[in-house]
Amino acid sequence: MTWDVALILGIDGLANGAVYLLAGLGLVLIFSVTRVVFVPFGDVVAFSALSLAAFETGRTPATIGLVLTLAVLAVAAELWSLWRRGEAHRMPQALLGWGLLPALPCLAAWAIAGRAVPSAVQVVVAIALVVPIAPLVARLALQPIADASVLVLLIVSLALHFLLSGLGLLFFGPEGSRTGPLASGSLTLPGGFPVSGQVMLMIASAVVLSAMFFLLFERTVAGKALRATAVNRVGARLVGIRPARTALLAYGLASLLAGLIGVLIAPVMTMYYDSGFLIGLKAFVAAIIGGLVSYPLTAIGALAVGGVESFASFWSGALKDVIVFSLLIPVLMLRSFYGTHVEEEAEELDA
Amino acid sequence: MNRRHWILGAVLAALAVAPALLGNFAVSLLNDIGIGALVALGLVLLTGIGGTTSFGQAAFVGIAAYGTAWLTTTQGASPWLGLPFALALTGLTALAIGLLTLRLGGHFLSLSTIAWGLSIALLFGNVDALGRHTGLANIPALRIGSWSLADPRSIYYLVWGLLGLVCLFCHNVLQSRAGRAIRGLRGGSTLLASVGADAFRVRLTLFVLAALLAGLAGWLYAHMNRFVSPSPFDVRASIEYLLMAVAGGLGQLSGALVGSALVLVMKNGLQDVLPLLSQRGGQLEGVAFAVLFIVLLHRAPGGFMSFVLRWFKPAPAAESSPPAGAEPLARRTLPARGEPVLAVAGAVKRYGGLIAVNEVSFNVRAGEIVGLIGPNGAGKSTMFNLVTGTQPMTAGRVEFLGRDITGLAQHRIARLGLARTFQHVKLRPRMSLLDNVALGAHARAGAGLVAAGLRLDRREEAQILAEARHQLARIGLADRAHELAGSLPLGTQRILEIARALAADPVLLVLDEPAAGLRRKEKQALGDLLRKLRDEGVTILIVEHDMDFVMKLVDRLVVMTFGAKLVEGTPAAVRADLRVQAAYLGSAVEPAAVPEAAVGSVA
Repeated sequence: MTWDVALILGIDGLANGAVYLLAGLGLVLIFSVTRVVFVPFGDVVAFSALSLAAFETGRTPATIGLVLTLAVLAVAAELWSLWRRGEAHRMPQALLGWGLLPALPCLAAWAIAGRAVPSAVQVVVAIALVVPIAPLVARLALQPIADASVLVLLIVSLALHFLLSGLGLLFFGPEGSRTGPLASGSLTLPGGFPVSGQVMLMIASAVVLSAMFFLLFERTVAGKALRATAVNRVGARLVGIRPARTALLAYGLASLLAGLIGVLIAPVMTMYYDSGFLIGLKAFVAAIIGGLVSYPLTAIGALAVGGVESFASFWSGALKDVIVFSLLIPVLMLRSFYGTHVEEEAEELDA
Repeated sequence: MNRRHWILGAVLAALAVAPALLGNFAVSLLNDIGIGALVALGLVLLTGIGGTTSFGQAAFVGIAAYGTAWLTTTQGASPWLGLPFALALTGLTALAIGLLTLRLGGHFLSLSTIAWGLSIALLFGNVDALGRHTGLANIPALRIGSWSLADPRSIYYLVWGLLGLVCLFCHNVLQSRAGRAIRGLRGGSTLLASVGADAFRVRLTLFVLAALLAGLAGWLYAHMNRFVSPSPFDVRASIEYLLMAVAGGLGQLSGALVGSALVLVMKNGLQDVLPLLSQRGGQLEGVAFAVLFIVLLHRAPGGFMSFVLRWFKPAPAAESSPPAGAEPLARRTLPARGEPVLAVAGAVKRYGGLIAVNEVSFNVRAGEIVGLIGPNGAGKSTMFNLVTGTQPMTAGRVEFLGRDITGLAQHRIARLGLARTFQHVKLRPRMSLLDNVALGAHARAGAGLVAAGLRLDRREEAQILAEARHQLARIGLADRAHELAGSLPLGTQRILEIARALAADPVLLVLDEPAAGLRRKEKQALGDLLRKLRDEGVTILIVEHDMDFVMKLVDRLVVMTFGAKLVEGTPAAVRADLRVQAAYLGSAVEPAAVPEAAVGSVA
């Protein structure tokens, strides 16, 4: 390997790392607030990429059907639980929140599909279209068992991934697609290496979004509520924070991140209905490096995963995923070596 | 012969005649169900009973299947040789993975199983010797002499015979010393360590056992289908096995069999029905499955068998009278009265900047009851945790029976003869009183998991149970031996913890607030029991807030305040001590005398 190759691989790794960084932030956000390891995160990424691809080829994205299906189910679940609790007066509100709100981006998508609109509009709508997915899915499958053990939540979350990727296959079909680059042109590094605009955009997005994340958590009331819920759910409830609402915010934010990742990687990678799973899993490796709680460590982990993947693909394209997942072993060993063993809660799977 | 035996007999008879009555397709399905049940059985043990979720069981099936496939196709070995080879391969892989990951906390561990589950399946598809994505074909069928087991009807008896033996083995294991430790895994490792069992080792053994069951399934799979490719061993397949275990019911072994049947029959049904509903029926299958799984976890987290058990209230454990003539377990020789048992020198515990225990030293001699008292937050419980090895010490030294035990693992200290109870009661609420107490005798016996599975441990098991019954009788709960510990009121649970500690035949008994939550009568009985133990030569160290109870009971008192030792002496002397009165009631008692004295004792 020469220095040129190493540099190219390094830049490539940085771009990968940027993606895993954003995904890792989303995963840590959801886990810390809800204790859910949100496996379907990657599927949301794939859906946003496929939506953008549909816009570009002048088709109506199948995501509309997916979101509307989920919204109908969520409305039904919400109305049912309100009716059972005898709170019928809150039904219109539920109808608006769970039915109309997710339908808005669908309406926008339907309006612009097949028309010549600037690509920036397509990108924004593609992202907006997937934002309702995580909150809707969580409302249907995770909120009813919000107090179950981490393991039960993890199992349900995995099943959700299979559900979403199955729906993805139904709605999008097995074909892969790739979109045009969001940023054209390239930058030439000293020494004559070109770095494509797309890669620059990916890295810049990661930096800007991480900074925004930091500001959100440090400077806003909503961010503080998220942090408070992460630290202590009961305590947060005592000071008037509603965990269900905070969780909704976390899912929404994570969905937004997933949408962004989708449109960022769609131009550099052919996306299929199930491509998101591996992206999500590699982000998990990063998140586990951060202990599923620390944002800065997750960022470092994401860069490490991106780098390792990039160099591993140079040695063996087929085994790069094996190498990335094997990275977990030394990480886990370190974690278990330094990890303070708190007495675990009793995990009861069978009620 | 009770109803359970009848049901079991009927099921066995039905299985025995099934191949004669059913078509080829149904027999093949039954074979698949049997193989699935083997894997699910491992998951019931590992996840349902041991509390460790694995999303990678299919990878173990794959390792065994590929192992035997490789050995028999490329090396031309006999399929029967493939069995030990496949099992060794699976067992060693599981051992390595377990050593690396099993120390992790709950969800980290599960996440890591996804990672290696994926990696191993990916490896199969990328190794030339294993045929890459096309896999290995032409695997020889099993033969016994000249009789080939290639036909699904002939391998049927092998599959179900093995499954039957394995079920019996697992059932035996759960009713043994090793099984009690496995059932005790849930809810943290401190309890197990306090009875001298190393939770990590128990979990590792269980993990390897579950992997070996998956390995056995893999070997059968390879020689039944006579073809292996990567896809049946990926994470999706692992989830399916987990689904089997959850659907059947993680709480009981029969759940594995029922779950495997439910899932595979349902899957076959879906494959028949879905194409009628939609042209993309094959794609709907995954969706339908995921939905069913989620609904199941929402509505019936106990699985199918939990419903069945609700209809058939199982008869209380049959064996009623203890087998007579079992000689008691060997007892320790207790040190002579007055010999040093415990010596704590300069114990310090810091949590960051906070000093919970500061330079505390005291001694306990054989045959005495020493009380550790002090106001709330004085560091008494922390002191106990340091002595018993539950928490590591920052500085200082502890000697037990003349041996330096500073920094020794908790389960090793427990094995030396130090038994304890906990301020926050640690029992296994879903185990019977008898099992909870028998857990205490863990370190006094040695039969392992294999011996238990083969029922070679019966004599020792009878001894353990006799000891547990004896201790239960001692605290007056003998007639409730088969009730669940979780059904007891808190005060009685504390007493049950004492019985468990006594089952360990301890030299030193360390009791953390044993009288809390007891009524007056019960307190008197407890006091009598403890005095009787002292007369038998057992040494007792006790933390208690009930001053009346302590003062009447103990020989000596050590008073702690703000993490430091204040005074030490007989109950009468301590009661008269002004510094103690100041510590409990505030310094208004004797303003001038206190500060000096307190400073003096800390230094």
